[in-house]
Amino acid sequence: MNILELHNLKKYFATQKAVDDISFSIKQGSIFGLLGPNGAGKTTLIRMITGIFYPDSGNIILNGKKFDALNDSLHIGYMPEERGLYKKMKIGEQALYLAQLKGMSRSDAMSNIKEWFVKFGMETWWNKKVEDLSKGMSQKLQFVTTVLHQPKLIILDEPFSGLDPVNANLIKDEIFNLAKKGSTIIFSTHRMEQVEEICDHIILVNKGNKILDGTVTNVKQEFKENVYRIGARILPEQLMTHIFEVVKLEPEQLLLKLTHDTQPNDVLKYFINQGVNIHSFNEVLPSLNDIFIRLVEGTAKARQFQSIN
Amino acid sequence: MSKVGLIIGREYFSRVKKKSFLVTTILVPLVIIGFYAAIIAITVKGSSDKQSVAILDEANLFNGKVEMDTTKDKNIDFRFVQNVSESAYVKKYKDAGYNAFLYIPPFNIDSPSNFKLHTQAATSLSTNAAIEDVINKAIENKRLVSQGIDPKKYKQIASDISLKNIDDTKKEGAANSVMAAYVVSFACGILIYMMMIIYGTQVMRGVTEEKTNRIAEVIVSSVKPFQLMMGKIIGIGAVGLTQFAIWIILLSLMQFAIPLIFPEMLHQAASVAANPGATSKAAEFFSGVATLPLFKIAVSFIFYFLGGYLTYASLFAAIGSVVSEDQQEAQQLVFPILMPIILGFVIMTKAVNDPNSSLAVFGSLFPLTSPIVMMGRITYDIPAWQLVTSGVLLVGCFLLFTWLTGKIYRIGILMYGKKPSWKEMIKWGFRKG
Repeated sequence: MNILELHNLKKYFATQKAVDDISFSIKQGSIFGLLGPNGAGKTTLIRMITGIFYPDSGNIILNGKKFDALNDSLHIGYMPEERGLYKKMKIGEQALYLAQLKGMSRSDAMSNIKEWFVKFGMETWWNKKVEDLSKGMSQKLQFVTTVLHQPKLIILDEPFSGLDPVNANLIKDEIFNLAKKGSTIIFSTHRMEQVEEICDHIILVNKGNKILDGTVTNVKQEFKENVYRIGARILPEQLMTHIFEVVKLEPEQLLLKLTHDTQPNDVLKYFINQGVNIHSFNEVLPSLNDIFIRLVEGTAKARQFQSIN
Repeated sequence: MSKVGLIIGREYFSRVKKKSFLVTTILVPLVIIGFYAAIIAITVKGSSDKQSVAILDEANLFNGKVEMDTTKDKNIDFRFVQNVSESAYVKKYKDAGYNAFLYIPPFNIDSPSNFKLHTQAATSLSTNAAIEDVINKAIENKRLVSQGIDPKKYKQIASDISLKNIDDTKKEGAANSVMAAYVVSFACGILIYMMMIIYGTQVMRGVTEEKTNRIAEVIVSSVKPFQLMMGKIIGIGAVGLTQFAIWIILLSLMQFAIPLIFPEMLHQAASVAANPGATSKAAEFFSGVATLPLFKIAVSFIFYFLGGYLTYASLFAAIGSVVSEDQQEAQQLVFPILMPIILGFVIMTKAVNDPNSSLAVFGSLFPLTSPIVMMGRITYDIPAWQLVTSGVLLVGCFLLFTWLTGKIYRIGILMYGKKPSWKEMIKWGFRKG
């Protein structure tokens, strides 16, 4: 079942087509990666999903019904890239206030806050102020305030920036936990290695358009270049063959790009016939980082201003 | 609890719970009242150090005796010196224990001149005036005698009255004091002026803080921007009303408390009462205040404070929403908003003197100046149609501004980077949807 469907969403600003006809859907309980270079339109897209902006045209369907910003915002938890908290407010009161704004009762909010504070080791923070916290600490607090009201849809914009590996893992585990309990997570980042690790499904936007959509495995398959790595103690010096090209020669291993029609077994046969003792052979799939760079490269480094009529 | 209620609560309690709120609310009026009490105490007591003045009276102006108004000038002690020259005694009077040395050379009674007062430091204005007074009196007496008039007779003849103004449009028996009306009007006008600026800028700072902290983005994902703006404005307005309430309670407590804490002040007042003229003014002022329509003043004050505050607060909120970090930007944008407030203040100072001039009437109807100007006229009789028109215009203006600025705010609060121009902001305000 799709928790969120976007149909032909458009949002134009005075000088830019921030989001230009984007459609996609997200399955409930999945972790969805929203990728794109700076200024691609990710934030605008997220702001439409959170109800901060109204789309110029197109539909947002949340949970099978047309998105109603006023009531549905209660089911959404949003953690913006630029963290925002009241600096002078006490941490406990702040969490309580934000949870109540999301429509929780005071007592429910209290018990949830206590639970999360214990989970993250923040029990002693209650009467401290945000200005007393380090960047990583306020990051954790921001995450807690985002998920406190048990939203069905959680939108995290660069959730790991500024966190040390221990705390990053803590939050990563919570993200998996939340997804397991049925929450859907939209995860926006530039850090491709995190996407590979966490996300089930990704889309890539650039210049306001969707240029890639699929599961991580499918995308990698789609962009694979028939590159294999073969490992052996001693590799022949001369490789005279038309079935592959050598991409890279390394000590004890070779990166090969198979020519058209060549099967991996042909390569193996070739080396076996040469009397090479193979100890490894595997396909090299492109990293999301490579795919990202390949797709975005060639477009201008920054978005240009355009006139909209 | 509704979401706007939550926001109002946060804005209200986060301010009221601060120590600085209690300090400013309670301490500021105490300091002001204490300051005035000190001034009154000093003027009642007079300066404490006794001045002694040596007089070398070569013209025999005083006939060896200084006639003084004992109630006023009792702190100056005059002694006559004889058989010395001015130039010789100038060097000696200090060692002889005098603060000052007054030299009166022989002079022509029709054009007296060349009186000199030698001192070691410049004398105070009041001492100077007191000594001049003494000399003038002596010369007058001399002149009276030379014209064949008995100075005692003249004293009986001379007159010193104070005029009492009674406004006949007032109900019978309600003697109106122009002085009291003037002071109360002026005070109300200034208070509204100050409160509008103080609380307006608080709204602006609060909005800018939310924007630069980026908390605004989190909050507008759960409430509408308009709710956030109204919550802030109402919450801060409630802080203002709380401050009023505390002041009114303090003032009424003070009326009972002061005579208990400072019983000597009553004595002072009583001793002053022996000297008519000075007290009659003060007494007249307080009885005049009592005759003013205090209830009407209080109700109008609250109405015009709320109306004026709400009208301007929405403008301040819009300004706060479009500026980013730079406080200088805010200063530039705020200036056009402060102008009508200052204009209102200027008209108010005219209106308290001439409450029915066309400028005052215009100022008290025009919604951007009416809160200040109308309070400047409030102690006078204002035609009902003017009160109603002014109120309706003010409420209408508030609704219009809130509607327009709400849209500017909604866009501004999520915009970072370049500060928009006035043209862009007005365009946002009138944009549909």
